[in-house]
Amino acid sequence: MSDWHAAPASIGQSTAPALSVDHLSKRFGDRIAFDDVSFEVGRGEVFGFLGPNGAGKTTTVRTLGTLIAPTSGSATVAGIPLTPKNGEEIRRRISIMPEAPGLYLRLSVLENLEYFAELYETAHPSERIDYALRAVNLAERARDPCGTLSKGLRQRVALARALLSDPDVLFLDEPTAGLDPVAAREVHQLIGGLRKEGVTIFLTTHRLEEAEHLCDRVAILNTTLRTIGRPNELRERLFARALAVRTVEPLSDPARVFGGLPGVDGWHEDGVALYLLTVSNPATAAPAVTRALVEAGADVLSISESQHSLEDVYLELVDEGVEATRR
Amino acid sequence: MSLSARRIRAVVRKELREYRRNRSVLVAVVIFPLIFLIQPLVAVFIQRSSSATSLAQVHLLLYMLAIPVLAPAVLAAYSVAGERQQGSLEPVLATPIRREEFLTGKALAALLPSVAIAYVVYAVFLACVVVFAQPAVAEALLRLPDILAQLLFTPLLAALSIWIAIAISTRSSDARVAQQLSLVGSLPLVVVTSLIAFDVIHATLRLGLGLGAALLLADLLGWRIVPPMFDRERLIIGTR
Repeated sequence: MSDWHAAPASIGQSTAPALSVDHLSKRFGDRIAFDDVSFEVGRGEVFGFLGPNGAGKTTTVRTLGTLIAPTSGSATVAGIPLTPKNGEEIRRRISIMPEAPGLYLRLSVLENLEYFAELYETAHPSERIDYALRAVNLAERARDPCGTLSKGLRQRVALARALLSDPDVLFLDEPTAGLDPVAAREVHQLIGGLRKEGVTIFLTTHRLEEAEHLCDRVAILNTTLRTIGRPNELRERLFARALAVRTVEPLSDPARVFGGLPGVDGWHEDGVALYLLTVSNPATAAPAVTRALVEAGADVLSISESQHSLEDVYLELVDEGVEATRR
Repeated sequence: MSLSARRIRAVVRKELREYRRNRSVLVAVVIFPLIFLIQPLVAVFIQRSSSATSLAQVHLLLYMLAIPVLAPAVLAAYSVAGERQQGSLEPVLATPIRREEFLTGKALAALLPSVAIAYVVYAVFLACVVVFAQPAVAEALLRLPDILAQLLFTPLLAALSIWIAIAISTRSSDARVAQQLSLVGSLPLVVVTSLIAFDVIHATLRLGLGLGAALLLADLLGWRIVPPMFDRERLIIGTR
């Protein structure tokens, strides 16, 4: 369990984490939403929170956002202990973009933002609204009723709304759910921009490529926390490193070629004329493999390090959870 | 407990903007004043001078106190359940706003137009009486105590009706059901005002003062009791 407290990326100036969660649990009667969750998020970090439907991601966000109370455990949000008494102060320092934009469809974009700027008691509301509208590239549509906007544009309004309070921690709950690839890419660009500004972002998502692309670290939740770390670390932790060797024709005796090579721990065929070699260090194993192939007279098409995606990590851990619950 | 006037103002402003653009709400709010204006107007216009003395026994103006009871109930019933239904409640609750500020803003937003509409309807009624009714009928109807009672009880009744409707709205997941239940919940107030209007309960100064004090107390109690009923977690999760 100790590696689950893996050190957060220290991008911001302050050493205190933006989020610190310690054995936090939430139950609704007999149903466990999430259980014994512990992690830290550094200031300025983009932290991905992955998991299947019903894993407890949204409930975690709502709990940290003081919308619902935890059943047990403790947390510090934006430097403030998560207690009922501190709810207002925590909400002052954070912003939550829920999965559904929840806009007032009869009001214009500007009116929606004006309302929330007042609720946050923003110091210079007009300037902040201008900034938020420009950040999401919606200044031209400010007077349009939200009901006339597409789903992608509504999502952008919701993101602009989340930026109004200049939050220390920004919770984005499935910000690209239901968006087409172009709209999703725009949201990714916005998150990238916020990251450069040093905003701490807590991102829940189903999209693994999104998490891999945007997040400094990710956690995988399936009621309990399955793992946490940088995407590369997770790959290395879960999967042995491997070389993928592709030849023009299948080798007549691959066991003779790959058997006993230094740094090669094992091998198997992964298709026609495709061999996957388990290696401890690809940099030292690759030259030996190349020499052995040449000596065997093989026509080599490619030798490359086999990369496991975050999706492989996710499936490995989530399937493990499903199997465990079936048992 | 200090409340933020700025956040309350923001809720009121937003609500009023939404009312203006929500045709179904406007229709619902206008329909009750019309219903409760027509009957007294007809009664006045068909009344002959010779029978004007019978009008002195009733308080037609007080009959119209049903307007500030029913009109705001429709608005206030939508306040929480409507937001919850359209998904806008969660983003609001994620801001620093306190439930007392949120509900006070909602209550004021329902109170202001309802009281304004009620006063306009009374003014229209009184103008019609002055201009079109037989002089003896007008004299029997236009009594200063009734007009003062009308002015005083309108905001007090509206406020109580609003707190009843908001209480129902916080416990309801469907805005229409909340509106129907709120109208039912407000009916006892309409019954009491009607009984007084038709002299079943005889109106006296002591009764007026007693009812006024009771309504004021009930309004203050509503302001204290209803916000604790607003449970963020239940409203967000929808169960429990």
